[in-house]
Amino acid sequence: MPRTIIPFGPQHPVLPEPVHLDLQLEDERVVEARPSVGFVHRGLEKLVEKKDFIDFVYVAERICGICSFIHGQTYCQGIEALMSAPVPPRALYLRTIWGELSRLHSHLLWLGLMADAVGFESLFMHSWRVREKVLNIIETTTGGRVIFGACKVGGVRRDISDEALAKILNDLEIIERDIRDITAVFLGNRSIKARLCGVGVLSREAAYDLGCVGPTLRASGIAQDMRQLGYAAFKDLEVRPVTRTDGDSFARCAVRCEELFQSIDLIRQAASRMPAGEIAAKATGNPNGECVMRTEQPRGEVVYQLKANGTRNLQRLRIRTPTFANLPAVIKLLQGCELADVPVLVLTIDPCISCMER
Amino acid sequence: MPRRNPDFPMSPEHTFETIPVEMLLERVRGFHQQGWRLVQICATRLPEQLELTYSFDRDNRLGNLRLVIPANALQVSSISSIFSCAFLYENELHDLFNLHVSGLTVDFEGHFYKTAIKFPFGTTKPPAGRPGAPAASVAPQGISAKT
Amino acid sequence: MSSFEMTRLVLKWVVSKPVTTHYPIAPRVLIPGSRGVIEFTKTTCVYCNVCAKRCPTGAIVVQRAQKRWTIDPLLCISCGCCVEVCPKKSLLLSPAHGAPSVIKDRARYGA
Repeated sequence: MPRTIIPFGPQHPVLPEPVHLDLQLEDERVVEARPSVGFVHRGLEKLVEKKDFIDFVYVAERICGICSFIHGQTYCQGIEALMSAPVPPRALYLRTIWGELSRLHSHLLWLGLMADAVGFESLFMHSWRVREKVLNIIETTTGGRVIFGACKVGGVRRDISDEALAKILNDLEIIERDIRDITAVFLGNRSIKARLCGVGVLSREAAYDLGCVGPTLRASGIAQDMRQLGYAAFKDLEVRPVTRTDGDSFARCAVRCEELFQSIDLIRQAASRMPAGEIAAKATGNPNGECVMRTEQPRGEVVYQLKANGTRNLQRLRIRTPTFANLPAVIKLLQGCELADVPVLVLTIDPCISCMER
Repeated sequence: MPRRNPDFPMSPEHTFETIPVEMLLERVRGFHQQGWRLVQICATRLPEQLELTYSFDRDNRLGNLRLVIPANALQVSSISSIFSCAFLYENELHDLFNLHVSGLTVDFEGHFYKTAIKFPFGTTKPPAGRPGAPAASVAPQGISAKT
Repeated sequence: MSSFEMTRLVLKWVVSKPVTTHYPIAPRVLIPGSRGVIEFTKTTCVYCNVCAKRCPTGAIVVQRAQKRWTIDPLLCISCGCCVEVCPKKSLLLSPAHGAPSVIKDRARYGA
């Protein structure tokens, strides 16, 4: 049968960031998908040789616009591990709260994009309307909507007062009610179920072998969540990974919907146990040695490998982002799917291409 | 050996093991049979050498294999026949470090990343361009103050 | 039934006030503490150059001899490091965003 090649991207209404796929079709069925990436490759890993390691936090935050805080946090944790610098407990709790707020806004963004991909624009607008409330909380506490600028080596730069914390918890009640409304539509609506159920099934073994991380892995039944490693304040908080066994796009959507409620619960737990004290410790000296830091971003596990030699610049910074690990899964899922399912399958791993290409 | 920070008491043990280049495929096959999965492949450019680190994960533990390749013979075998997802990391290594990887299952032949200069990470020189903090004697450029 | 979930949402928002504002006709409500543009006070500045050294992007250039302080607003990332280190408190991060610009003009924002 003759094959048609359809180019998908880098400009496409459904893609939040540029990625190119050459889809080989037989009739309406995709036989093979060849990825072509590198449209937003900025070479940020090389920049570490020029920028002072203290200033690099600002670059690390700007690797991605959606998961920016946890990039900065992981980098700071890596430097603090290399310098054996202690971080005050209040700073750890503040980082946890901001990290979970970041996860809230990222999952709400993805829910909106997924609704848009299946054509449900009003639900897309509702999801982003709820996201605005989360962004307002973030702007009030850190000063920025998506790039927080709150993390620094040794702690955090701003504090959240008790009144502000009480106001956040109040706002979260309203946000939780709104999230309940929209997740009820995502998980119950017949048209969304028709588009997502049974589409892109990733079996448990395939998900493990391909190296998938994050909700993509947890929706196939493997309960792995890097927050269980106990970084920041997670050693005191209870994190139970949210899993589903079906492994299809609906399961991945359901995992992210449930993680929204889990994040709100974690913020409440952290706020109730917030210790008093300093928000930053002075970090003197230069980092030396090597360390590997793994944290859980909204999209999955991010691995930072730092190598320092005692100067102001790191020798090597290697960032393995979750979308890079989930990309082989997309290529496998696209084989044998219908052409109309391609946007759903590309979005189902929550692609963050600027993260992937650094 | 990497240093562990006592502030992270629940960090799992990260094992780093240096192996000769010939043993790579055998050790990787061993990891695969014991149920580990690939996390990342990292290359660090050192003077006269390229240091490769292969990281594997099982039950939240990280095991690392390290090998050192001389700079005048940048050649390694691909592990994509064992771990199929490795082709992305190895294509990236080829495009950024000029590391020749033999036996790739999916080979982009240098077109994975579109960069203005070939093999941009292949040197140990810091990137050229605007310095981090300009000297105080630099005259500001641009148009003079408008009303 | 979940088809009525969406109907309920739609009906609720048909009768509610919209959350969007008619910007720029209606002014934008500025959130205090938001990081916007740097404001410089010439009278208190002693040209010690600490802000320029601390700036991570090199947006601030200080010429002590000519008593000139300039900032490139397109390079500034509004991190607030210069505000923190200024010994004379001459710098302030105002919550408003800067006006859009069509030329890269550093000296215009100097003092």
